[in-house]
Amino acid sequence: MKNKIRIGCGAGFSGDRIEPAIILAEKAELDYLVLECLAERTIALAQKRKQEDPIKGYDPFLERRVESLLPALVKNKIKVITNMGAANPIEAAKKIIDIATRKNIKIKVAAVHGDDVFSQLAGKQFDFNDFISFSEDEKIIHHASSPIHNEQVVSANAYMGVEAIVEALKADAQIIITGRVADPSLFLAPMIYEFGWRTDDYDLMGKGTVTGHLLECAGQVTGGYFADPLKKPVENMDTLGHPFADVFADGSSIISKVDGTGGIVNLQTVKEQLLYEVVNPYEYYTPDVVADFTTVKLKEVGKDKVHISGGTGNHKPPTYKVSVGYKAFYLGEGEISYAGPIAYERALLAGSIIEKRLKSKTGDLRVDYIGLNSTLRKNFALNTDNVSEIRLRVAGKFQTSSEAVSVGEEVEALYTNGPAGGGGVRKYVNEVIGIVSVLIERNRISPQITVFNS
Amino acid sequence: MRLYDIAHSRAGDKGNTLTLSLIPYNEADYSMLCEKVTVANVKEHLKEIVHGEVIRYELPNISSLLFVCHNALMGGVTTSLSLDTHGKALSYALLEMEIK
Repeated sequence: MKNKIRIGCGAGFSGDRIEPAIILAEKAELDYLVLECLAERTIALAQKRKQEDPIKGYDPFLERRVESLLPALVKNKIKVITNMGAANPIEAAKKIIDIATRKNIKIKVAAVHGDDVFSQLAGKQFDFNDFISFSEDEKIIHHASSPIHNEQVVSANAYMGVEAIVEALKADAQIIITGRVADPSLFLAPMIYEFGWRTDDYDLMGKGTVTGHLLECAGQVTGGYFADPLKKPVENMDTLGHPFADVFADGSSIISKVDGTGGIVNLQTVKEQLLYEVVNPYEYYTPDVVADFTTVKLKEVGKDKVHISGGTGNHKPPTYKVSVGYKAFYLGEGEISYAGPIAYERALLAGSIIEKRLKSKTGDLRVDYIGLNSTLRKNFALNTDNVSEIRLRVAGKFQTSSEAVSVGEEVEALYTNGPAGGGGVRKYVNEVIGIVSVLIERNRISPQITVFNS
Repeated sequence: MRLYDIAHSRAGDKGNTLTLSLIPYNEADYSMLCEKVTVANVKEHLKEIVHGEVIRYELPNISSLLFVCHNALMGGVTTSLSLDTHGKALSYALLEMEIK
């Protein structure tokens, strides 16, 4: 058994930069590299791609990431754990084997699957009544303007825990590619495997989950989503380093980054990330443990080095959370800019014209004035006297894409039918997949692995 | 004094719930923030944004506060008509708050 392992996180979302992971693989002396690439909605979109083409549905950047990382991974004997399998971990594993074979690299890849509740229905109708409802907030979404019908559902994936990843590590897989797994579990699994932790040692499960949670968004703990040029300056963000942690067998860890990369790791970045997306710091739910963040202790122990200790966990939740993707609506959007004298008043006039033109077509229309109130939804220091330019943005929900185009068309028509000096129209129509969460009993999910060799 | 001058914040989303941390630059300011940045004050300050319950967690272990704001993302991160569907920019709405 080891008493220390080093785990890096080289991606915090599907579209993340490629180079930070390469730098980690080449220079950080890692044991494990985790690539977290699967946001809530990402898997529903991947499920749609799989339905169109059964060998697709994994992360669209899989080939690019694996191609560029594979040489350093093999040379430095780094194991990879990633959820880039998305809706199709088996085909993703085969794709990695293809790439390795082409490069003449011998490698063992394990696909972790069993999360796909929707495919398990095998053509039967998805039914919300088969699941346990989640929270009050979800009910508000559910019973918003129109309730979600079973027919609208396009994907349903359970957040699995560490079990199948640990099994894949025992099978000596060098790359483990999963479907939906809770993000911290991607990090907790190698700790369990290397340190021989028992999965019912909830104190250790909690501690490992703390470190996993700190790493899972990659650059968000090294100065990304953090920098403020006045109060929180961060250097060299163009080459922002992604984090790694030295994790010790007692569950404590030190978060750091590669010397010479941009960014910063300090108490401030770690505190912000520790509380990120936490709805109850006493009860942070994962499939492995209900972790408690209220006893976590942080200490700066060097430049870009923060020591993490404390934190604990209680029981294991009796259910898995399932993310359900459904066809929500078509989003029509249009934008136009006004600048110079009385820009604000001209934009207001444009907005009022659009509202009159579109109000009969949808009950759900939003008119924003970008530069004034579109982001914070109110202006905290409203002063429209000296607005030098402003962009009108109109967005509406529609049942069909042919109705949704009307937003862009109406905004574009302002060129010749609206206020003076309107320019720079852009128009968009997108189908929106919504996500709601439900719960499922543990015995209805069986996490499993399939191993491939090049 | 504006919260921006003495504290930083990060926004997070879960469904229709917005989370806002509030972290003083100087840990000695933590107890003052506990006293001044109450649930009632935050609800009033964010009344155009947050339409549900606000829960405040105190984390003396890291000298930080966490505000969990329900019904705050215009129906939820995936179906909101807001430009910033996640509410990622809303940390700076909290930091606009004046305290006496």
